[in-house]
Amino acid sequence: MTVAAEGSPPLRMTRARRNALLQSEPVQGFALISPTFLYALILLVLPILVVIAHSFWTQHYLTIDRTFTLENYRIALTEPIYRDLLWRSLYISLTVSLFTVLLAYPIAYFISFHGGRHKSLWLFLITIPFWTSYLLRVMSWKVILGYNGVLNSGLMGLGIIDEPSTALLYNSSAVIITLTHAWAAFAILPIFVSLEKVDRTLVEAATDLGDGPLRSFLRVTLPLSAPGVISAALIVMIPTVGDYVTPKLVGGKDGVMIANAIQAQFGKAANWPLGAALSVTTMLIVSLIAGATVLIIRTLQRMAR
Amino acid sequence: MPEQPQIERPHADRIQSERPMIEIRNVTRSYGAFKALDDATLTIREGEFFSLLGPSGCGKTTLLRMIAGFDNPTSGSIAVGGQPMEGIPPNRRPTNMVFQSYAIFPHLNVEQNVAYGLKRLKLQGGEEKRRVEEALAQVSLTGLGKRLATELSGGQRQRVALARALVMRPKVLLLDEPLSALDKKLREQMQVELRRLQQAVGITFVLVTHDQYEALAMSDRIAVMFGGRIAQVASPKEIYQRPVDRQVADFLGGMNFVKAEIVEENGASLVVDTLGFGRIKTDKPKAFVRNGGGATLGIRPERLRVLWDNATAKFEVAGKVVERHYFGEITHLIVEIPGLEKPLSVTETNDFGADDIPVGTSIRLAYDPEALVAMAD
Ligand SMILES: Nc1ncnc2c1ncn2[C@@H]1O[C@H](COP(=O)(O)OP(=O)(O)OP(=O)(O)O)[C@@H](O)[C@H]1O
Ligand SMILES: [Mg+2]
Repeated sequence: MTVAAEGSPPLRMTRARRNALLQSEPVQGFALISPTFLYALILLVLPILVVIAHSFWTQHYLTIDRTFTLENYRIALTEPIYRDLLWRSLYISLTVSLFTVLLAYPIAYFISFHGGRHKSLWLFLITIPFWTSYLLRVMSWKVILGYNGVLNSGLMGLGIIDEPSTALLYNSSAVIITLTHAWAAFAILPIFVSLEKVDRTLVEAATDLGDGPLRSFLRVTLPLSAPGVISAALIVMIPTVGDYVTPKLVGGKDGVMIANAIQAQFGKAANWPLGAALSVTTMLIVSLIAGATVLIIRTLQRMAR
Repeated sequence: MPEQPQIERPHADRIQSERPMIEIRNVTRSYGAFKALDDATLTIREGEFFSLLGPSGCGKTTLLRMIAGFDNPTSGSIAVGGQPMEGIPPNRRPTNMVFQSYAIFPHLNVEQNVAYGLKRLKLQGGEEKRRVEEALAQVSLTGLGKRLATELSGGQRQRVALARALVMRPKVLLLDEPLSALDKKLREQMQVELRRLQQAVGITFVLVTHDQYEALAMSDRIAVMFGGRIAQVASPKEIYQRPVDRQVADFLGGMNFVKAEIVEENGASLVVDTLGFGRIKTDKPKAFVRNGGGATLGIRPERLRVLWDNATAKFEVAGKVVERHYFGEITHLIVEIPGLEKPLSVTETNDFGADDIPVGTSIRLAYDPEALVAMAD
């Protein structure tokens, strides 16, 4: 400022400003992450841009008409079949995240608070199922839930049912069960980490001030581990909306999800623009839900105080 | 706290009574073969400011946590307010604790932290708010109620922890090194405030500290602990002036030790011969166990005074200054006395020029034979 006031040539000012800019923290930060940033740009942002571009085009058998159109979005949002699939996908993924978190929390709590010296052993044991391929794990649920499966044989052996139930496999419940199991470890870890960060003397302080175990859990441990619960829920919800393999293998007709429809558009149906529009719609809705979840929980936390 | 608000004094009429508040009987806490606390017996009186003093790892926290109920004795019993505490969980004990790390709930603001324990009581008609405000006033935090824990300084957090415990009106307030995280100046200020607060509310305070000056300045009585054992329980003055053994004496500041020969031992007194100080008659400490014909006498460095010019005293020793250390208001002189195997350490205030005594000077030191205490080795 003083430089300008003294009427020095503007050139010197710009140079000084450019140097200041190059030395500023954000710029240096960007410089530092630029290789990874470019990598992410090429592998993540470009494909998404390609998909978004396609969603505004039209497919004519083998050629693509590049005139701008919203027709694909109209179909994606109004055709009952896609709307239903989208709803079902959301329903399945939200149910899965709810169940996963409900199942994962006690396990993470146990390891963190009562794992003693064997915490890492417990965590290690939890990851063991994930050494096998995801497909194998899905297939093993087929073995458990199938017509001649473990569960049916067991129930028949106990005399609870007379003939094998077909209600176990090839529906959305089978998808929910399989996904809940598949994502359990991914939910346990963030919850575990946030529980580890809860200072134990805070729980003692709550007890000292008169809280029994349940009250101190609800008033101290749970609110302080909320960030882990939120990330666990999102980590499970976001990818399960678009899951394709599980519904294909155990979902049957009733368990089909939006990703199966998207796959069909890019494959057999050969309508890339419609597939792209379905993808973008799903992506937007998931982002909105994730954003809303975070906002709601933040507000709730503030109100609970 | 510059302006003391009017404070309710639930036990005002009974402050400093002789009634026991905490009775610890033969309490031992073992971890495998290791005894963190070894057969401790101790009575803490109602309305007393009591300190547990000892070096790191001597079992102070262990004892405090057993009073609070976070830990249980391997053997022995603890009673608070005449009630045996065995099997009673911390949330149902008439004690509250100020944790060393303060343990302020980070998701709550100051007011909510202080009100935490009151919520469960479901107080009627603004009583909760009134008590929270009273507690905040007691610790001079009025007006900071809406701040988050992360927006407070160390001293302020400490006050929140204090208010949060006091608002529960416990019979006993337990404090685990509450001042150790503060800087020196703030610590000294808080010492005075804590003491004043205790006097005002009349609650029994049990303070854990490894800082002897803190314990001496604040307490009505002190228990000095070493390696899981309680070595001495007495008033600050007695602990300082009449330590039962060399370990206690050493822990509470400097002490000159002088070897002595026992000439006569009877009932409550000892007559000993020393090389530097001649024949001395002194009180026999309770725990004194005769170990051959020898004993140890101790004298604090400030109980030896330099005799200037031709001044004389009834009891004096002569020696030569071999070292001089300047500490601002005082000077430490190391004086060699013929016959004593170790030179004496002397602390003299600087108002008469002790800081100017050249090394090598021959001087005479006055002492009071009363200041020479016999102790177990
Ligand atoms: N869970 C435990 N397992 C084994 N030893 C323990 C355990 N807790 C404490 N100790 C031991 O018991 C002794 C007393 O510990 P305590 O925490 O009471 O010491 P302290 O006097 O409070 O020391 P400081 O001033 O360092 O806090 C220590 O030697 C400590 O190593
Ligand atoms: Mg301790």
